[in-house]
Amino acid sequence: MSDTRMILAGFGGQGVLFAGKVIAYAGLIENKQLSWLPSYGPEMRGGTANCSVTLSDEPIGSPLVTTPDVLVVMNQPSYDRFINDVAPGGVVIVDSGLVQDLADREDVTTYAIPATSLSEDADLSGLANIVLVGKLWDAIGFCDRETLDAAIDKSVPARKAALVEKNKSAIELGIAS
Amino acid sequence: MTEKVLMKGNEAMAEAAMRAGCRFFFGYPITPQTELAAYMARQMPKRDGVYLQAESEVAAINMVYGAAAAGARAMTSSSSPGISLKTEGISYMAGADLPGVIINVQRGGPGLGSIQPSQSDYFQATRAMGHGDFYMPVYAPSTVQEMADLVYEAFDVADKYRTPVVILADGMLGQMMEPVILPEAIDPADLPEKDWATNGHAGKRKHNVVNSLFLDAQANEDKNIERFKTYEMIKRDEQRVETYRTEDADICIVAFGACARIARSAVNEAREQGIKAGLIRPITLWPYPYRAIEQCPAKAFLTVEMNMGQMIEDVRLAVGNSVPVEFFGRTGGVIPTPDEVLAQLRALNEKVGE
Amino acid sequence: MSDMTDTLVADKAFETDGMQVVFERPDALLPVVTNYCPGCSHGVVQRLVAETIDELGVEGTTVGVAPVGCSVMSYDFFGCDMIEASHGRAPAVATAVKRVLPDGVVFAYQGDGDLASIGMAETIHAATRGENITVIFINNAIYGMTGGQMAPTSLPTQVTQTSPYGREPQTAGYPIRVCELLSTLDGVAYLERVTVDSPKNIRKAKKAIKRAFENQINGVGYSLVEVVASCPTNWGMDASEAYDWLRENMLPYYPLGVYKDVVAEGFENAAEAAFARAKECPMVNSQMKGGE
Repeated sequence: MSDTRMILAGFGGQGVLFAGKVIAYAGLIENKQLSWLPSYGPEMRGGTANCSVTLSDEPIGSPLVTTPDVLVVMNQPSYDRFINDVAPGGVVIVDSGLVQDLADREDVTTYAIPATSLSEDADLSGLANIVLVGKLWDAIGFCDRETLDAAIDKSVPARKAALVEKNKSAIELGIAS
Repeated sequence: MTEKVLMKGNEAMAEAAMRAGCRFFFGYPITPQTELAAYMARQMPKRDGVYLQAESEVAAINMVYGAAAAGARAMTSSSSPGISLKTEGISYMAGADLPGVIINVQRGGPGLGSIQPSQSDYFQATRAMGHGDFYMPVYAPSTVQEMADLVYEAFDVADKYRTPVVILADGMLGQMMEPVILPEAIDPADLPEKDWATNGHAGKRKHNVVNSLFLDAQANEDKNIERFKTYEMIKRDEQRVETYRTEDADICIVAFGACARIARSAVNEAREQGIKAGLIRPITLWPYPYRAIEQCPAKAFLTVEMNMGQMIEDVRLAVGNSVPVEFFGRTGGVIPTPDEVLAQLRALNEKVGE
Repeated sequence: MSDMTDTLVADKAFETDGMQVVFERPDALLPVVTNYCPGCSHGVVQRLVAETIDELGVEGTTVGVAPVGCSVMSYDFFGCDMIEASHGRAPAVATAVKRVLPDGVVFAYQGDGDLASIGMAETIHAATRGENITVIFINNAIYGMTGGQMAPTSLPTQVTQTSPYGREPQTAGYPIRVCELLSTLDGVAYLERVTVDSPKNIRKAKKAIKRAFENQINGVGYSLVEVVASCPTNWGMDASEAYDWLRENMLPYYPLGVYKDVVAEGFENAAEAAFARAKECPMVNSQMKGGE
């Protein structure tokens, strides 16, 4: 895969920016060209948040993804906003507990898993975002498996080091579901 | 070999400034440059440096003036509305020949505008950053790596020519993360002494004065003429530009900063479609790389900017009336897409081909 | 300028020939002719500052910041390193110089328009931060350099070029009393209002200015001396009438005296005094006591 353009979207606070950061770190570890661009502004809590992530073998032009190959989405408004932009042949990962009204797009592959309830049941509350990253890895394998754990190590800030193992469990949970 | 790290543009610029030996940062909160100030607030105390949140942008730039006068490497950062407030102090820095680095992470305007990326402060940065007869070097990075490299270099250029230097970034570059290899850290104690600085004469020399006032008009003119000789040296030695696929280009895009990335994607796509497109990316906006544009064999130029058409005036100055110069831009914080730029290239290609 | 300097230096050498020197130019004041009008207080106050710098032996480590106003050219008068600031920004400039040179002595010399009008934000925030600097504030109730316009400290009914019918408090408000205003700020160590209308008051002013410099050297904190000053030219009087007018009208509105002195209150410095006032707040902890 020479160029993968992704949008991760949801409500502020669900961790979509962090999920994008994990993918970006995976690209860094594997020495790929990459960019990560957040939406920013007064929509930090409660409003919608999204980020564009691009992994590539070539220098990246616009870091703003407008025609994503991958859409990871954690709420209905974001799904509605981005689903028609997904490139034909693209991959869509949704939290099926939060996005129930799916569009009629037969030219994309949709993986719908109840990431939020799965994570709560597995004592991994708040890590539905990472469960979805695990599912995305399972679907398209954007990096080596070990790289994904290393990306978690790098993404989790030192003051939250206790959460590293939980994040890795969330990845496993996503891959298995 | 230094490790490649993942950083936001705003953070990379802050880290590069400290590695360039800057230990004095004076700022005031504004979106979308906030991460830069926050990074400084976290890091400066750990490196025996000063992070000071000023009462206003006006105070912040005058603190840069004071710290620079005392001989230190100093900087401030802001976004468009805040830069307008700093222009007073920047003019005084130019008038007093003080080095310093000013970062503008541009957003939409005029007025409060939007908080989304923009390049609409081009005229301000290259033509009218405050009152009076002066210019200053303006760098336009287009990657996070270049943000780090140019901020690092800006301190040397500022000290060498005793001038304020502007880094003209935008909200997209400031907010995005990319891999970056950070430059080597300089110990401020290893920087050369500035014999003109007002840091106490210690009984060893006459008193130094940092000043921009000349009550005698002739003295003011003499000083300005002398300063413009320095500007000629800067024009000669500090012009920076990147050319991409221009050797055989029929149509050449001229774009800087974030827009140049978008234009580059459009150029690649156009080439795949058989259109001979190229890209000239000015890295210094002042001094403007007129020569590179003059020498480009293209039959038409297209400037792509996140404003209503500002840099296009410099492209026209470079090529005169010899070939068409067209403009495509989005403004107010809207980011152009590669497809939009491609459509412009195709239309211009048809026009030139006729 | 240099020719004049040589002449003055030569005169000085001549005067000492066989005679006893009883009054000299302080070393920290350069042998140049100032631009001040006859009867103006600036010359007296700058001499007091220079005497202080001499007596404390700090000329080599001192950096002065000059304002915009009549004393704009004072960067040519003081022998220490000098910076000319833009209008009102001297406290911001001085703040940064002091941060770069924490062991140096930094003073700002400002007039009323500079300090209390266009530079009020910088003044209040430098004081609030408790910058360990010295500010000499010349209050002569008028903009002198631009030819006599209404200042933030012009008195009610005072006629100026821009208050031709007299300052109307209904529209222009009452003047700002800077010492009283700053005395409420926790960052401030020392505030005194003085004047220079008589030898006795000049001696008092000298004492206050010296205290303000000593405070900085001893790490006591932000110190400001307000000098109620004359401007005969723009007040339209001769020198003697101007001091009569000052005594009659300005001193009742701007009473002389010490407005804050944390050392007299029994504290080591401004930070310790501020802690004593704020300690009931649970966010304030004992590490904040004692400043640097």
